[in-house]
Amino acid sequence: MSLAAPRAFVRTILDRPSTAVLVVVIALGIGIAVGGPVIVRQIAAGLMLGSIYMMMAVAFTLTIGVLNFLNFTIPTLFMLTGMVAWGLSANGTVVGFAGPWAWLAALGLGILVAVVASLVVERFTFRYLKVRHGDATEHAIPLVSSLGFLLIFEHLVLIAMGSDSQRFAVPFKSDVHVFGMVLGLPQLASFIAAVAVVACLSAILKRTKTGRALRTIAESPDTASLLGVEVGRIVPVVFILTGLLAGIAGALFTVNYGTVSPFMGDNVGNKAIAAMVLGGIGSIWGAIAGGLLVGVAETLSIHFFGGDSVQMVVWGLLLGIIILRPKGLFGAASIGKGKM
Amino acid sequence: MAEAAAMSGYLSGTLAILCINLIFAYGIFVPAAAGQINLGGAGFQAIGAYAAAALSSLAGLPVAYTIPAAMLIAGAIGFLISFPVLRTRGVYLVLATFAFGEMIAGFLLRSEFFGGAIGMVVPAHIELPVLALSAVAVTVATFYLLATRLGLAMRAINDDEAAAAVMGVNVRAVQVTAFTIGAAFAGLSGALYAHNFSFVEAQYFNSLLSIYVLLFVLIGGTQTAWGPLFGSLFFTLLPELLRIGGAWRYVIFGAAIVLMMVVRPEGIVTRALVHRLFRRPAIPAAEMAHGR
Repeated sequence: MSLAAPRAFVRTILDRPSTAVLVVVIALGIGIAVGGPVIVRQIAAGLMLGSIYMMMAVAFTLTIGVLNFLNFTIPTLFMLTGMVAWGLSANGTVVGFAGPWAWLAALGLGILVAVVASLVVERFTFRYLKVRHGDATEHAIPLVSSLGFLLIFEHLVLIAMGSDSQRFAVPFKSDVHVFGMVLGLPQLASFIAAVAVVACLSAILKRTKTGRALRTIAESPDTASLLGVEVGRIVPVVFILTGLLAGIAGALFTVNYGTVSPFMGDNVGNKAIAAMVLGGIGSIWGAIAGGLLVGVAETLSIHFFGGDSVQMVVWGLLLGIIILRPKGLFGAASIGKGKM
Repeated sequence: MAEAAAMSGYLSGTLAILCINLIFAYGIFVPAAAGQINLGGAGFQAIGAYAAAALSSLAGLPVAYTIPAAMLIAGAIGFLISFPVLRTRGVYLVLATFAFGEMIAGFLLRSEFFGGAIGMVVPAHIELPVLALSAVAVTVATFYLLATRLGLAMRAINDDEAAAAVMGVNVRAVQVTAFTIGAAFAGLSGALYAHNFSFVEAQYFNSLLSIYVLLFVLIGGTQTAWGPLFGSLFFTLLPELLRIGGAWRYVIFGAAIVLMMVVRPEGIVTRALVHRLFRRPAIPAAEMAHGR
């Protein structure tokens, strides 16, 4: 019997998403069986942290999947929301609007700023370059431009609001008891909100006309154009969705931790990139699973190996996946040249 | 008098950074000239810096041994990592190198042996002339490299990998060689940094550093060896000149990058520009139009 047959068999087994889910469930099951309630608490905390990563990873994967563009401004959009919200509500009122829900208005305005900033990025990284140079993705031009915007946004915030981390007070701080575990209400609320937002996005992609257009462009921009999709008008939608996802993630993170800083996006952004690759670049479900997994991996590796180990665990995992299984757990769409 | 001394200290500090950045930029440029984007530059620089620091402070070796050794170690690690990493391409290669850089930083931050978050003091000190000589040597070496058959093969791969393979270029061997040379240059820049600043800490070699040096190279232009020279001059001196603008300099810097990509996405120095300046035989109009 040749060696090729069992290898091929193993590969087909590995290629099924259900296998990946099963592996995760078994790993978690063993962890819970061995560790008991402490591990359950860690996993719950990891899932809540992971829900933030999940939204960011979905934002990354959407721009790469549809436009083949690794958008490095996403972490700064996340940061912009938190910092703008803090800046607006610093003296207790939000542009003349005071009251118990002022913090929510501030976060809403922060998200709006993130969406507008995302559209500015679209204008200068993508639309203009597409007109002048044809295939803009070919020479990493949008990638470099987005690194430029990263510098601009981060330092504008530093100029306007300083480099210190700031407290953002959220009025509700009570705990809830779920299955004998004590969970913070803001954390639980933001987990539910994150899941709701991603579910909404999934529904948009699946059911609406715009969603269909987006998926067609992801398959092949040329074919989409031939079939009557107005590619030029759909591209800004990607950036609006990206701004919304990153903005809402930033708002939830702010509510969760009660602090904002000009550098709050860096760490979360890096973890989200890792989550996206883990799940498979271009796959929404992959980003969702990857985000939650990275969150759990982070809390567990802090629990078992101490705080400094997170970076090595996450990036070592990521490097291994890129090399051994570049498709990630759920990778489907092929990423390459010829997009836009 | 005191003011003049302070000024010259400031000037020599800026020049030292310029030399280190230049060598670092060539380390990223060599693989980029063969079509490989390396967003893990800080990782390779960190390897060089920590190798030199450890050999100098723990083994007590003189600079004449630590710097070549650091270059060799970084080159060897680059060689080993290039085999798995160069199996990937495009966005995946960018992410794989990025992950490598972050992993190295994470390892150094956690390693007791290398001083962890506290960093390491480097006893042996080198002055500006050594840095300047090294920078000149690396620049000349890169110009020579691009003029050789290997350089031609790198250019061919950058322009069209499939066509280069069809013409008999051993794509894999050329890419691995370019990546290894790049890692060794980045390691050299790290070793020079360690010996000049007499101190290394893992936090310095972060992802932002990798991003900066990649920007030097891409803005300078990857088509000719002049690119990194202009890129690092532009990027090291521009922020210093913009110091008048205070905290605004990075904003202007970022805006310059965005504008550059709109106006001249192939970088400041293109092949067409070099041809025009040195009055080489005319190249076809179609190539000029593409800025190649």
